Amino acid sequence: MNSPMNTPLNSFRNLPDERGHFGQFGGRYVAETLMPLVLDLEREYRKAQADPAFQAEFDDLLEHYVGRPSPLYFAPRLTEELGGAQVWFKRDELNHTGAHKINNCIGQILLAIRMGKTRIIAETGAGQHGVATATVCARFGLPCVIYMGAEDVKRQSPNVFRMKLLGAEVIPVTSGGATLKDAMNEGLRDWVANVHDTFYIIGTAAGPHPYPEMVRNFQSVIGKEARAQMLSRVGRLPDLLVAAIGGGSNALGLFHPFLDDPSVKMLGVEAAGHGLDGDEHAASLLGGTPGVLHGNRTYLLQDEDGQITEGHSISAGLDYPGIGPEHAWLKESGRVDYTAVTDEEALDAFQLLCATEGIIPALEPSHAIAAVKKVAPTMPKDAIILANLCGRGDKDIFTVAERLGVEL
Amino acid sequence: MTRLTTTFAAPRPALVCFITAGDGDTAANLDALVEAGADVIELGMPFTDPMADGPAIQSANLRSLGAGTTTADVLRYATDFRARHPDVPLVLMGYANPMVRRGPEWFAEAAAAAGVDGVICVDIPPEEDDALGPALRAKGIAPIRLATPTTDAARLPQVLEGSEGFLYYVSVAGITGKQQAQIESIEANVARIKQSSDLPVAVGFGVRTPEQASAIAKVADGVVVGSALVEICGEYGAEAPAKLRELTSALAEAVHTARQEHIA
Repeated sequence: MNSPMNTPLNSFRNLPDERGHFGQFGGRYVAETLMPLVLDLEREYRKAQADPAFQAEFDDLLEHYVGRPSPLYFAPRLTEELGGAQVWFKRDELNHTGAHKINNCIGQILLAIRMGKTRIIAETGAGQHGVATATVCARFGLPCVIYMGAEDVKRQSPNVFRMKLLGAEVIPVTSGGATLKDAMNEGLRDWVANVHDTFYIIGTAAGPHPYPEMVRNFQSVIGKEARAQMLSRVGRLPDLLVAAIGGGSNALGLFHPFLDDPSVKMLGVEAAGHGLDGDEHAASLLGGTPGVLHGNRTYLLQDEDGQITEGHSISAGLDYPGIGPEHAWLKESGRVDYTAVTDEEALDAFQLLCATEGIIPALEPSHAIAAVKKVAPTMPKDAIILANLCGRGDKDIFTVAERLGVEL
Repeated sequence: MTRLTTTFAAPRPALVCFITAGDGDTAANLDALVEAGADVIELGMPFTDPMADGPAIQSANLRSLGAGTTTADVLRYATDFRARHPDVPLVLMGYANPMVRRGPEWFAEAAAAAGVDGVICVDIPPEEDDALGPALRAKGIAPIRLATPTTDAARLPQVLEGSEGFLYYVSVAGITGKQQAQIESIEANVARIKQSSDLPVAVGFGVRTPEQASAIAKVADGVVVGSALVEICGEYGAEAPAKLRELTSALAEAVHTARQEHIA
């Protein structure tokens, strides 16, 4: 997928290096107990990458189980409303389970089965990755334990019920701030104590190497499809890609296949929560500093002593104090621009897409739409923006109703 | 000879005691450990996300941070300890992020100035040694590595390379706390490590009672006790020193005499 033979020497697509580093970021900062497993996972992943049967099974499941390729959609009324560049969406919210998360889960569970693992664990924030993991576990008949912050269990009760319906055991995590980072801590604690039979399906392009690379590669189906669809529909590449970023897997999935196309600009959108000037945001790149957490060196929300601070976002899926290490590197290299939008802006964009296109987006891609709303009017009408609609909003209607003061 | 090598050169096994800095009256707690017979002190640097720790040490981290403990406070506890106990080895244990926050050189310099003898960083494996190891070695601080039941024969040399002070053998694949390893497994693994290295081997994770400590001291150079002591700090607060002294005395007696009983 990432062969040096067909990428140019100065490519943005040939990282990480053999130690899992993206420049100063990434790596394998894990306890010694996990280190042999992480190395074993990398070996098995390399073998799987080289095995056409593995890729064929992945492709087959994406087509017939997930429903890929997802459509590439031109949004005419939103484009007209914004009065500038054409706005197109990659419709990953139409995937089975309602978000891009399933792409990665299919890849990782095939790898788990290949490695003879018999028990699956995962962390989840908004619940989308938990639902996707529970789904593939049901599909392949493997027991599944999902760690979810107790606060998120409350915020995302429909997804908790979905996971349970799918046969997963959902364990509320009460330590720390009881959100996504604490769920990830608990996932790592489970893994370290059950190394012999357990596979940890990490949900975003973060964690120790090879997870950031592996998750990116599984999610790159988004960008590969979009690139081919764009060329076939309009005969050229888009001018700007836009995607929301929590850990950053949907954005990397869209961006990565375009990184060596110099004409394509890219914009990653972080969650500014109540605003970047205070502490109530989840913008690790724009409001954080480099550090080490959860197996990798990356940008983190932290205090001057390196204690991790709690992120805030209206979107539970963006509410994480770190970010995938490849984004940290793409920021420093200047290849991708990053911005942030507030809870309010995301809510406005959520409603705008409902009203103009008849699509209820998740709160995560609502951040991308909010950025599109700002940037499209500044671009000429023949310019093309492609945004990743990475999840649908069914799970968020209660949160949105509450914020809009509507009683359901 | 450094303080660590002197301690482990003694004919009797060493008792290594862990508490979290800033959890209760740290100076009084440390003095109680030393007075009751602890040979090496491991002082935990609190972190918001102690991924390798069980509930007892997680809670201690939160209590300490909740009380406002900073990195400067941890270093001050170390400096004051060194003034009171010039000969007792002191090791800082914790996670990478607080250690590298101001740069590895800053941390190594500050730790050396505070009289710290070694550093155990849970989430910096040999593969990422560059993140901290060279800075520590340059200041004469021992980077103390961990070996675990999953560290196989092929990997062990890499773990030993660059390790100094002692090797910390984590007896169970898991988090700190209550699960216990079989003594046969510990004995075999310590013997395996000692075949490849001259470093002293201390064994920890799940050691709570004098009986367990004695059994391990028969086969290892040191025994590490953490969660059981940390639980006392949590439960007794200001009254903790007396309780720590009680348990540590019993542990020290068991560890220090383990081999004598063995010979007899």
